[in-house]
Amino acid sequence: MTTLMLDGVARTFPGVRGGVATIALHPTSLRVDTNDFITILGPSGCGKSTLLRIVAGLDRPTSGRVLLDDVEVVGPGRDRGMVFQSYTLFPWLSVEDNIRFGLRERGLPLAQQRDIAAHYIARVGLSGFERHYPRMLSGGMQQRTAIARALANDPRILLLDEPFGALDHQTRGLMQELLLSIWEAERKTVLFVTHDIEEAIFMANRVVVMTARPGRIKDEVSVELGHPRHYTMKTTPAFSALKAHLTEETRVEALHALPTPLPALQP
Amino acid sequence: MTPLAPIAPRRRLALGVAFFVVFVALWSIATFGGFVPRTFLANPWAMLEEGWSLFTRYGFARDVAITVWRVVGGFMIAAAVAVPLGIAMGAYKPVEAFFEPFVSFARYLPASAFIPLLILWAGIGELQKLLVIFIGSFFQIVLMVAVTVGGTRRDLVEAAYTLGADARGVVRRVLLPSAAPAIAETLRLVLGWAWTYVIVAELIGASSGIGHMITDSQALLNTGQIIFGIIVIGVIGLVSDFAFKRANQRLFPWSAA
Repeated sequence: MTTLMLDGVARTFPGVRGGVATIALHPTSLRVDTNDFITILGPSGCGKSTLLRIVAGLDRPTSGRVLLDDVEVVGPGRDRGMVFQSYTLFPWLSVEDNIRFGLRERGLPLAQQRDIAAHYIARVGLSGFERHYPRMLSGGMQQRTAIARALANDPRILLLDEPFGALDHQTRGLMQELLLSIWEAERKTVLFVTHDIEEAIFMANRVVVMTARPGRIKDEVSVELGHPRHYTMKTTPAFSALKAHLTEETRVEALHALPTPLPALQP
Repeated sequence: MTPLAPIAPRRRLALGVAFFVVFVALWSIATFGGFVPRTFLANPWAMLEEGWSLFTRYGFARDVAITVWRVVGGFMIAAAVAVPLGIAMGAYKPVEAFFEPFVSFARYLPASAFIPLLILWAGIGELQKLLVIFIGSFFQIVLMVAVTVGGTRRDLVEAAYTLGADARGVVRRVLLPSAAPAIAETLRLVLGWAWTYVIVAELIGASSGIGHMITDSQALLNTGQIIFGIIVIGVIGLVSDFAFKRANQRLFPWSAA
């Protein structure tokens, strides 16, 4: 049973050229259980990506700790797989070789590597594109490859940092359904950062709402909608009620996040 | 003409050829028309005649081969040492901090100015020629490779870490493949510069090679031969450049470079 514990995790970035330090994250505590799908929702600059990077081990907290099954996280590793916002596919590798990267690193036999890769390529609907280079793929296809690459490595937790942010609305909806269907089958533990309220509700069993910078957790909202989740759920009354509630919570924060107040906007 | 409008390949080729036609035409007018004395500048036909006799009567092919071997030899030795050092500098900041000040300084030392010193230290044999090429190429390669490797996309490195790579794995499987096309381009460019150093090295204290031929021709006021020799160098450089470019495209099909 994977339990991820964030215990008073805070991050302050030192001032540039002796300037004022930036508090990116106030001490934040969060608990993630096995098979949870947690979305972290907040305005730009609220520290949600910082939080994710600290869990991934790509950044160290200024105070507090991250515990994965009671073992402190001190650096990156394959137990915490990550899908980044920018397409981080290795341009010199084909789709299949990208997906095999972690498996190769582990030293698995080649036949097994190819089997696993083929399984995930089929899962994300990229059969036939195994030998394509990333630059030949559309944005959606690249992110599918990135997701397959992270999943193929069998991490204990999957971290996604606004993975669908650069995609158009329709493609984004399809990607959400795809990721959800994989999760419903494999029940991975997932931490998913987004600024899109609809996406946050649709994907999650729990939405964590963050305040504007300096960020802290404002609220945790359980999403009681059942699985499997059909896209038509997005227009049901239960969904809309959640959306209304979260819109209220996040709009206040978005207004706070503005550099200067805009009197034309009602708080 | 419309700015940035593309041009058909045939038209591009025709215009490129047209330049050389105009060039030769002007050259011919200046020489055949008597505006420039024969001892000053040979006419195009005389140059070709001299070139022909260079190959058929004076074994010029041997000189060309020797010059090529010197450049390629010196360059490959320089690359063999400079590329690993540049990679180490790009990958590891302490290594960079140690070598960079000296390499940056040494880059500006003109290889040609070292020739008298090298003649003193290494005589006028092949070693001296190779050292000139080496000095001219080495520091350029080191710095350009270091900058390339140091500029590897950080998000790719982070992705590799989250896929379970360790530090060595990151260097071997991210830094190197990422930098490879740019390193190949660096080598292509520096090889081009290396051609210029070899000729200077051969102008002084050489008994063979294209540069040596040029010095000999100067003594005889044979401008036809000199110009022909210079053109031969240009053609060889162009051919090697083209071959290098094609090889890079084949080795790195995934790269835009």
